Amino acid sequence: MKNIFLRIVVSGLFLLFIKPDFILGDVETLMKTDNCISCHIEEEELPEDFNKHDIHMQKDLSCSGCHGGNPASDDMDEAMSIEAGFVGVPSKKEIPEFCGKCHSDIGFMRSYQPRIPTDQTDQYYKSLHGLRLKKGDTKVADCSSCHTAHSIMPASDPRSSVYALNVPETCNACHGDEEYMQEYEIPTDQFTKFAKSVHGVALLKEQDTGAPACNDCHGNHGAMPPGISSISHVCGSCHVNNMQYFSDSRMGAAFKKEKLHGCEECHGNHEVQKTSDEMIGVDDKAVCSNCHEPDDKGAEVATEIHKQLTTLATTYEKALAQQKEVEHKGMDDLDIEFLLQEAKQSLTQARTLVHTFDSVKVTVKVKEGLGKADLAIKEAQAQIEDYYFRRRGFGAATFIITLLIVALFFKIREIDQRNLNKEDRR
Amino acid sequence: MFKKTNEKIYHWMDERFNLTPLIEYMQHKQVPVHKHSVWYYMGGVALFLFIVQVCSGILLLLYYQPGVDSSYESVRFIMTKVNFGWLVRSVHSWSANLMVFFVFVHMFSTFFTRAFQKPRELTWVTGFILLALAMGFGFSGYLLPWDELAFFATKVGTDIAGAVPFIGEAIKIVLRGGEDVTGATLSRFYAIHVAMIPALFTVILSLHLLFVQRQGMHEPDYYKNLKPEQKKTIPFFPNFVLRDVLLWLIVLNVLLFLAVYFPWELGPKADPFASAPEGIRPEWYFMFMFQSLKLLPAHVWFMEGEVAGILLFSVAGLAWMLTPFWSIKFDKSARFNPMLFIGIAVIAFIIFMTILGYLM
Amino acid sequence: MSTSRRKFINLLLGGGLLGWLGSIFYPVFSYLKPPPVPEANVNSVKAGPVADFPKNSGKIIKFGRKPVILIKMDTGELRAFSATCTHLDCIVQYRDDSKQIWCACHNGIYDLRGRNVSGPPPRPLDEFAVNIVNDEIIVSKMKEIG
Repeated sequence: MKNIFLRIVVSGLFLLFIKPDFILGDVETLMKTDNCISCHIEEEELPEDFNKHDIHMQKDLSCSGCHGGNPASDDMDEAMSIEAGFVGVPSKKEIPEFCGKCHSDIGFMRSYQPRIPTDQTDQYYKSLHGLRLKKGDTKVADCSSCHTAHSIMPASDPRSSVYALNVPETCNACHGDEEYMQEYEIPTDQFTKFAKSVHGVALLKEQDTGAPACNDCHGNHGAMPPGISSISHVCGSCHVNNMQYFSDSRMGAAFKKEKLHGCEECHGNHEVQKTSDEMIGVDDKAVCSNCHEPDDKGAEVATEIHKQLTTLATTYEKALAQQKEVEHKGMDDLDIEFLLQEAKQSLTQARTLVHTFDSVKVTVKVKEGLGKADLAIKEAQAQIEDYYFRRRGFGAATFIITLLIVALFFKIREIDQRNLNKEDRR
Repeated sequence: MFKKTNEKIYHWMDERFNLTPLIEYMQHKQVPVHKHSVWYYMGGVALFLFIVQVCSGILLLLYYQPGVDSSYESVRFIMTKVNFGWLVRSVHSWSANLMVFFVFVHMFSTFFTRAFQKPRELTWVTGFILLALAMGFGFSGYLLPWDELAFFATKVGTDIAGAVPFIGEAIKIVLRGGEDVTGATLSRFYAIHVAMIPALFTVILSLHLLFVQRQGMHEPDYYKNLKPEQKKTIPFFPNFVLRDVLLWLIVLNVLLFLAVYFPWELGPKADPFASAPEGIRPEWYFMFMFQSLKLLPAHVWFMEGEVAGILLFSVAGLAWMLTPFWSIKFDKSARFNPMLFIGIAVIAFIIFMTILGYLM
Repeated sequence: MSTSRRKFINLLLGGGLLGWLGSIFYPVFSYLKPPPVPEANVNSVKAGPVADFPKNSGKIIKFGRKPVILIKMDTGELRAFSATCTHLDCIVQYRDDSKQIWCACHNGIYDLRGRNVSGPPPRPLDEFAVNIVNDEIIVSKMKEIG
């Protein structure tokens, strides 16, 4: 059973690699059954991005599936006549409706995939792209800008232009083009910034599809820059606790009142970095001092939180070093490791609790972690002491052995003496 | 009362096994006393350390589990979780090294006092075989903890074996149990270390001891020429044996000291796919060979340097084993003692190369 | 030599010998006594009697160096997963209200198959095998496939 499956996969891969180019494999059968393709191949008029792996081709919707016409007829005029339903190439403005005539029809789409969404066109017209297209701006993205026209593949397919790992490049094709974007007066360095961010590194470098791409924050068909009120919700869809703490805090309320941008104010947007304890406090690197004066109440809280976090972090580091020493000395570090795990957990939680901006809550968590870390240090010291205790055991053994050696020495002397006496007598 | 029971048991045994002549033989056996008597004890110390090895080795066997996923873990387990496991493991490692050291000392003292001469040729040959087996013990045992250093040292060591002309590749594959050092190698080395070499060692050691008992202690030339009344001796039993025991106790204490104050370390677990760490070196008693092979030029005469080196060491080893059969008679009138010269040259070479190996 | 001196030496020798034997056999016998965890590689861990473990609850057990979460579902079925969150190594817990595995650090949520369903965790939790032998729960490593 497993073998058959394996064979299918392997032979599939094999086909993929020996026939990388589009049509060659099926050209014979297609030329027999589909006159659009056979004729367009002959005339060398196939669209440039034509790909037989296109999802529509795979589902037997060849050219006429979108463009209409009669693929059974070998007469060109008849095949591409209005009577045959031929619509030709849609204009830019027509594209959303062109795709939507099927994709917005759940009755039709259901036969391919019962749970497929059918609101793409609707969403699109509410996106900034769609709104502008309606107004006649033909530079904005339409369906084919992201999905391509003739190489459309599902987002789950790694070859697809909208596969998670490919999304940033796809968006960047327009948004990174300074000249193209000039008239919109928005930045074009999002991709460069994103690639350096903690999300970008995870997605692009580590190929972790769990990391967010552009569309995970901005939406896809309904793409819009997230509004002020929605930023913390966008981040919060993954960083749940952080959002909850923040929105329940006084800081959250104040942000709302001041119309500040939630998470983004401190963490940035596209270039969001891995956080560090230095971000809180009143130092140069601290983000608090962007708004707070060094002597106000907020700075006081920030300083306190910073102090708490670094206390736990350094104690944890110290405990970790002790554990390493215990391990190096060949002593038992198992319990220490469990304690350290718990201390680390408290540290992680305390760091999350920063978003309550409540130094008491952070302190409580830090105390909990300090307790664990101190216990770990104590245990480590006990182990290290035990290590030296062995030397005392050696002392005791040496005492006994020395006693035996001395006794034996005298015994030997005694025996030698007896021998000499015997010889003398002789 | 106590004495009576003892005597009864002795009589019971004596009746059946005729022990009295054996005891008498031992009591009448005399050990010469002279300024070089101290060398008589070296073999005994090596024997004692071998006994320690057997005992501590058996203890380790109770917890050790050979295997890629368990060797390292079980050694770590022995060191951390088992009561006194750290001590047993440390004693086993230290005692192994001390044993090889004392075997060397014993060998060279025999060489310089010319104790290998007729009638003790075979005692020398069996002794040499014991040295080779002891080194085999060390080489195979080094891998068993499966830590980084052990892994790469074994890799290098078996590679050298692979350079032997014609049969080297086969030896290497048989030793490794495949092309590379893997779990298969570990199983093999385990079998070699705890079954094959111990069995061989026991047989050869018995022969060696039997020869010594049969022939008695060798008397150096100048002592031999003394008049019988000038020859100072002590009985083998109990006088010499007790002295032996006394020395063993001291060695045991030194061994414990080393094991407690310089516990044998366990490096990070071997990772066959990691690049070799710096400072890969064999155990110290292989160092002089390892270093010499490293120093040889790429090509010697018509052979590869390494091959030439291995051939040379093989020939030298064979010659050393057969010393009693070719040794040059020392003419007292001549000032130059060729055997003394050879011995000193060999020691100087070994020491120099070993030091060089650790410096480079 | 006086007899008393000889006697004293013999006494010293006997005492020393006894002490020596003690100092050898004490470590050897304590070495022979198996330690509490009798094996180097933990392949399975006893987690107590089935009856003592209520339905719809979870507990953390120590599996060698790793924490493992053992869950008894409403149906009485037992499941075990690595308790180390795949996000930042916090220790996960069972939520009896939502019947999910939950990580308190960043609100990561896994379903009762160990799959990461919400929050930051990037990967599912590794599953452990649970067997019941003589009414006692035994958690063990999953056999490797292939």
